[in-house]
Amino acid sequence: MAAPLSVEVEFGGGAELLFDGVKKHQVTLPGQEEPWDIRNLLVWITKNLLKERPELFIQGDSVRPGILVLINDADWELLGELDYQLQDQDSVLFISTLHGG
Amino acid sequence: MCQVGEDYGEPAPREPPSAPRPSREQKCVKCREAQPVVVIRAGDAFCRGCFKAFYIHKFRAMLGKNRLIFPGEKVLLAWSGGPSSSSMVWQVLEGLSQDSAKRLRFVPGVIFVDGTCALRLAPGRIPFRKGKRQISHSSSRKHGPAERGLEGFPGGRWPHTLLGSTGAACGRSPEERAKTLAEVKPILQAIGFPWHVVALEEVFSLSPSVLRCSSQEPAAPEEAYKAAVDSFLRQQHVLGAGGGPGPAHGEEQLPQPRNRQSLLRPPAAAQTEALSHLFCSVRTLTAKEELLQTLRAHLILHVARAHGYSKVMTGDSCTRLAIKLMTNLALGRGAFLAWDTGFSDERHGDVVVVRPMREHTLKEVAFYNRLFSVPSVFTPAVNTKAPEKASIHRLMEAFILRLQTQFPSTVSTVYRTSEKLVKAPRDGPATGDHSPRCLLCMCALDIDAADSATAFGVQTSSHPSQIQLTPQGPCCFPGGPRAQGCCQGASRREDPQACIVEQLCYGCRVNMKDLPSLEPLPQYILAEAQLRTQRAWVLAELRDCLIEDSDDEVGQS
Repeated sequence: MAAPLSVEVEFGGGAELLFDGVKKHQVTLPGQEEPWDIRNLLVWITKNLLKERPELFIQGDSVRPGILVLINDADWELLGELDYQLQDQDSVLFISTLHGG
Repeated sequence: MCQVGEDYGEPAPREPPSAPRPSREQKCVKCREAQPVVVIRAGDAFCRGCFKAFYIHKFRAMLGKNRLIFPGEKVLLAWSGGPSSSSMVWQVLEGLSQDSAKRLRFVPGVIFVDGTCALRLAPGRIPFRKGKRQISHSSSRKHGPAERGLEGFPGGRWPHTLLGSTGAACGRSPEERAKTLAEVKPILQAIGFPWHVVALEEVFSLSPSVLRCSSQEPAAPEEAYKAAVDSFLRQQHVLGAGGGPGPAHGEEQLPQPRNRQSLLRPPAAAQTEALSHLFCSVRTLTAKEELLQTLRAHLILHVARAHGYSKVMTGDSCTRLAIKLMTNLALGRGAFLAWDTGFSDERHGDVVVVRPMREHTLKEVAFYNRLFSVPSVFTPAVNTKAPEKASIHRLMEAFILRLQTQFPSTVSTVYRTSEKLVKAPRDGPATGDHSPRCLLCMCALDIDAADSATAFGVQTSSHPSQIQLTPQGPCCFPGGPRAQGCCQGASRREDPQACIVEQLCYGCRVNMKDLPSLEPLPQYILAEAQLRTQRAWVLAELRDCLIEDSDDEVGQS
C-alpha cells in the first residue's frame, strides 16, 4: 500500500502546449496498492493532466520518442526508466526535443 | 576442412549478454569520481562537470577543425529561439568571454526572424480537402485531418477557422507577435551582441539581387588561416590586454538604435496580408515548411549581406540534420545533400552558412540547456501539434526517432554518412561557378532542360506541350518579341508560371506544384524569374547567330 505522494511534474520544450500551457504542476498522487513508478505516473498524467492529443505525449507504455524525462535533474536512463519508484517530493521533468531548433 | 556430415558438436555460442544498463551506482565514465547525471550515446554516463566539458569541447573542436572562420570575421548567428540555436548562441557568448588563449575570435551578431504571421489562417480561406482520410472519432473532428496544415497556438486553443466556421484568427497576430517579441527582447539584450529582429513579412521588400550568387572566393589555403591567426594575436598584443575582439568591434554599436526602431514598428498590414495569403494558398504542410525555410534563408542572407557578415551560423543539431538528410531525399533534393547537411554551405558565394552544432544530438542540447540554464523562447511553428503524417518532415522525424529508441546508433550512422558526401559540380569543376542556379534554393540546377523526352522531364513539366516545342531555352516571356515557334497555343496567364518553374531544381518544382498559382510569391522572385528568362532568351538568340558564323563551334545547347 503506497502512501500518497507529492511530486512536482514539469513540462518544457513545447510539451506544455498539451497541458494548457502550464509548465509546472504540483500533484498529489493518491495512495494505492502498487507503488508509484513512472509507468503509473504516465497513466495518471494521461488521465488527469493531459488536455489533448495523447499520441503526442505517450506512445504505448512509455513517452513518445523525442521526449526526454529527467527525474531530479538526472537522466531517467540512469534510474531505471519506467521502473523507477517515485519518492515524495521528487521532481519529474518532461522536455520535448521535437520542437524548434 | 569441411567434411560432409560433419557434426557440429559444440553448442551454438550463446547470445552475448546485453550491455549492462547504466545506473546511478556507476561513476561517471570520464572522471570516475562523481555521480552521473546524463547518458550520452549508448551507455556512457557523464557527470555534470564532465558533460559540460564534453559539450563545449565538441563545439570548439567543430569550429577549430574546419578552420573556416577567420579571426575578426563578422559572423551572423541565426537564432530561432529554439533550444539548439539558443545553445549555440550561448556557446559563442561563453567562448568570447574566456581568457585570451582559448577565446573565440570572431565578431558575432544575432538575427531573429519573426515568423508569427505565417502561422495564422485568414478566415474563410482554408484549403479544405475532403477525402478518404476523414477519421470519425471525436478528437479529429475537433482538430481536422492532416492535409490542411494544422497549426497550433500557445495555450492549446484551436482556431475555429479550421472547421470553416467564422473565427477571429485575424486579429490575434499582433498579440502573438508582441508576446513573442516580449520574450525575445530581454534575451537579446542579455546576450549583448548586435541584434537584428526581422519580420518574415519583409521578404516582400527584398530586391531580386538576393537571388544572385556572388562570385565565390577561392578557398584560403591552410597557411593563410594560420597566418591570419598569428597576425591577429600580434595585433591584440599591441592593442594591449583586454582589447576587444577586433578593430571592427567598435562600429557594431552604431546600428543598435536603428534596430530598436525597426523592432518597435510592426510591418505594414498589406505585407502581413500578402504573406498570410501566400501561406494559405499552399496546399500541403510539406510545401509550406519548405517555402518557409526558403524565405527565411533569403531574408537572413539579405541581412547578412547588408551588414557585412561573411558567415552565418545556424543551430542545426545532429538529430535534425539526420532527419533533414532523409527528408531531403524524399523531397527530391538528393543532389544537394552535401550542401544542405554539411558543415559549410557555400552556395551563395559571398556568405557561407556554417553549422557548428552538427555533432550535438538533441538530447545533449536539451540536457545542457536545462542543467546550465540557457534561456530559450518557445515559438509555435507551422507544424506544431501536427499529426505524424501531416508532412514528409514530420513523418521522417517520427521514423528516425522511433528507430533511434530501438537502435541507438541510427542518428549517428546517418550523420556519419552525411559527412562522407562530397560536393562535386555536375559537369566538372569548370562549370561550377557559372552553371545555372535554381531560383529559390540557389543550388546548381539538376535538370536537363533539353531532355524532355525522358520520363523525368515529362513528370516535372506541368505544360508538356510548351516544353516539347522549345527543347532548348525558355518558352517565352510576356511583352517581348515572339521566340521561334514557342507557346503559340498557350494562354498568357500560364506563361509566367512555366517560366518560373523552368528555373527551379527538381525539389523546388515539386514543392511549387502545391501552389495553385505562383502569383502570391514575393515580387523579387517573380522579377528575377522574368529577368533570367529574358536573359536566357537573348542568349539563345545570340547563340544561334554564333553557330551560323563560326565553323569551330561544336553544337552546344
